[in-house]
Amino acid sequence: MKKALTRQQYLDLYYFMRLNRAVEDTMVKLFRQNKIVGGLYSSLGQEAVSVGTAYALEKKDWLAPMIRNIGALLVKGVPARDVFMQHMAKYDSPTKGKDGTSHFGDLENLHIVSPISMLGDLIPVMTGVAIAGRYLGQKIVAMTWIGDGGSSTGVFHEGMNFAAVQKAPFVLVLENNQWAYSTPVKRQVPLENLADRAKAYGIPSYVVDGNDVVAVYTTAKEAVDRARNGEGPILIEVKTFRRLGHAQHDPAEYVPKEMRAYWEARDPIALYEKFLTAEKLLDANSKKEIDEKIEKLLSSERDFAENSPLPPAEFAAQGVYCTGDDCHKVTPKWERPLAEVTPPKSSVPAVWTVKGFGSGKASGGGSAPIHFGDTEKHEENGNADQEVPEAVAEAIQAPAKPRPVKSTSAKATPKKSAKPAVVSGKSPARKARR
Amino acid sequence: MPMKTNGAAKANGSQAVAQVTFLEAIRQAMYEEMERDPAVVLIGEDIGVYGGAFKTSEGLLERFGWERVIDTPISESAIVGAACGMSYLGLRPIAEMQFIDFIVCAFNQITNFVAKGHYLWNAPAPIVIRGPSGGGVHGGPFHSANPEMYFVHTPGLKVIYPSTPYDAKGLLKAAVRDNNPVLFFEHKFLYRRVKEELPVDDYTVPIGKAVVRREGKHLTIISYAAMMHTSLEAAAELEKEGIDAEVIDLRTLLPLDEETILASLRKTNKCLVVHEDTKTGGIAGEIAAILCERAFGDLDGPLMRVTALDTPVPYAPSLEEYFLPNKEKVLHAARTLAKY
Repeated sequence: MKKALTRQQYLDLYYFMRLNRAVEDTMVKLFRQNKIVGGLYSSLGQEAVSVGTAYALEKKDWLAPMIRNIGALLVKGVPARDVFMQHMAKYDSPTKGKDGTSHFGDLENLHIVSPISMLGDLIPVMTGVAIAGRYLGQKIVAMTWIGDGGSSTGVFHEGMNFAAVQKAPFVLVLENNQWAYSTPVKRQVPLENLADRAKAYGIPSYVVDGNDVVAVYTTAKEAVDRARNGEGPILIEVKTFRRLGHAQHDPAEYVPKEMRAYWEARDPIALYEKFLTAEKLLDANSKKEIDEKIEKLLSSERDFAENSPLPPAEFAAQGVYCTGDDCHKVTPKWERPLAEVTPPKSSVPAVWTVKGFGSGKASGGGSAPIHFGDTEKHEENGNADQEVPEAVAEAIQAPAKPRPVKSTSAKATPKKSAKPAVVSGKSPARKARR
Repeated sequence: MPMKTNGAAKANGSQAVAQVTFLEAIRQAMYEEMERDPAVVLIGEDIGVYGGAFKTSEGLLERFGWERVIDTPISESAIVGAACGMSYLGLRPIAEMQFIDFIVCAFNQITNFVAKGHYLWNAPAPIVIRGPSGGGVHGGPFHSANPEMYFVHTPGLKVIYPSTPYDAKGLLKAAVRDNNPVLFFEHKFLYRRVKEELPVDDYTVPIGKAVVRREGKHLTIISYAAMMHTSLEAAAELEKEGIDAEVIDLRTLLPLDEETILASLRKTNKCLVVHEDTKTGGIAGEIAAILCERAFGDLDGPLMRVTALDTPVPYAPSLEEYFLPNKEKVLHAARTLAKY
């Protein structure tokens, strides 16, 4: 572990890992008291992944957790009581008892998208979040997680590929905890490093020790910064180990003893305490303070959760549809001038143009607003009046493509010297003869 | 196909313009909604440079730019998923399925992610998923589907299946402005076959409201999409035989306009449902159940159905014609029903 963070950052990482573990320990107790309604999934031994990656995000950024990312939710600002109440199906929980576990979100304030149990679906959804944020000028990054098992789904591929072609500001954390329920990673994917999958999408990737929270954080921070700067999506493979079974019911006897012993000796919190102590960032007193702070906090959070009622039965029938503005006002938060996106100032120039398309054939020829690919009306650098945000322009324009040819108003004088449009399937030379 | 269904264009006092096709009505709706609201974006395969497989988005890329008209890889799950994610930031994406048959590739995203979000975690997803559907154009088993009932069975979605250019435009605009995920089916047989004068002014057609296309007193024919036109043709024939049929165009399948159906049934006491979807699990069964629950005493005959066969859509013209409902089949059923 290399020392490069501020003292506060080091201590934040420690606090959130400890909080993550304590929240889950509390839930194990609740589970044994039959107070958890459904299954209980554990991230024991994986706390450095959730905490280290989510800690790299800014407040305005968006994340979508998976089932073992309670730590990411805590970092993002979710109170422990919400996590408890979700698992206990309480009426005061974020979903008011309609769903459990980490299946909840907050569009308004914390910018959290709820997962569903079907794996991989969050990847295109968060890609959509990322490109919407870019369009709105918000300069956000979207992050989600996927397991080694979840990386086998079809929608993983669809989502990563789409994120890549869009150069979306999106970070995927591939949390390789070695086991997909009972299936070892080798039977899931015949690759040593799952990060290799990034090559197929032409995007950068990292492999990082998931039990080293500083390494996880610094890698995630670099990835988030790169994504924010318009470099496109990034995949981080985080190698870790799922210490408990798939859920509480599963003793995970299929896990080899030596494997378990290896990873148990590399407990991320114990490793980090050793580092912090050696760096004189943590001593017995400050550790005791944190112990007490967490204990006090969770005691009151747990009390609150236990005292919350179950939802009234008839609540089951409510809320299937949004009933309109009184229910939700759906409006984007623009952080770029609307003039950039409001016609006729199209926000992003065409990368290439194709003669003849958009000439309104299907519409009787009369009412197509501006005919796409009318090269007579195109000229280079015709975008003086159109400020295209750099990140957007870079994101959309593939570097290998010829320079874009801009459309201007219908009154523009044709320029003989204008660089000809590139027509797919036709050579530029042929086009230039006209 | 001759058709005169609207009248609303003149009724609301708007100045009417040239006849437009169903296809052009769709394009106009998207164009006008994008002009009206920069939060409206399009996402789909070949919708940008190419203007869509049926040219419904022709000219829109040039007008609105690459961020608002998003060409995607062949990835229906990613299209719907990304549209959903975009809606979480307040955008209103219109996602195109190049053919509606491919919507099932995004089935999980639609039924588990998009449809359940508002109920489970208070997350509205104002997206429209639209595309060309239906048979009768010899598209074969994978380009002719009517998959609406998969989704009518999914709480949280709205499902629209219009039959006229006026309704298509007005309902698509209403769908874009709705805060819920709306599936919008466009019968491709109608794309270029029906034309209508549309108002110049902005208008919407309310989601969830059926319309009586033809008043009658002897029996009610309930239909939607292309079969609505078949039903109207059959009703014209029946009139010559002294059978006065009322024709209801459902327009929206979810939520279903039960009141319009019931009001008509209470007048005619007989009901025939005509749909191009296959028989088992089609909307006709649902309507039969509603009538039994709510108007059993008003029924003077059995609810009858004219639907496609319970098979995939076959390719050969002879097979497809046998598979599909048609005017003759409607007439036969209506005559039988009228005798009760």
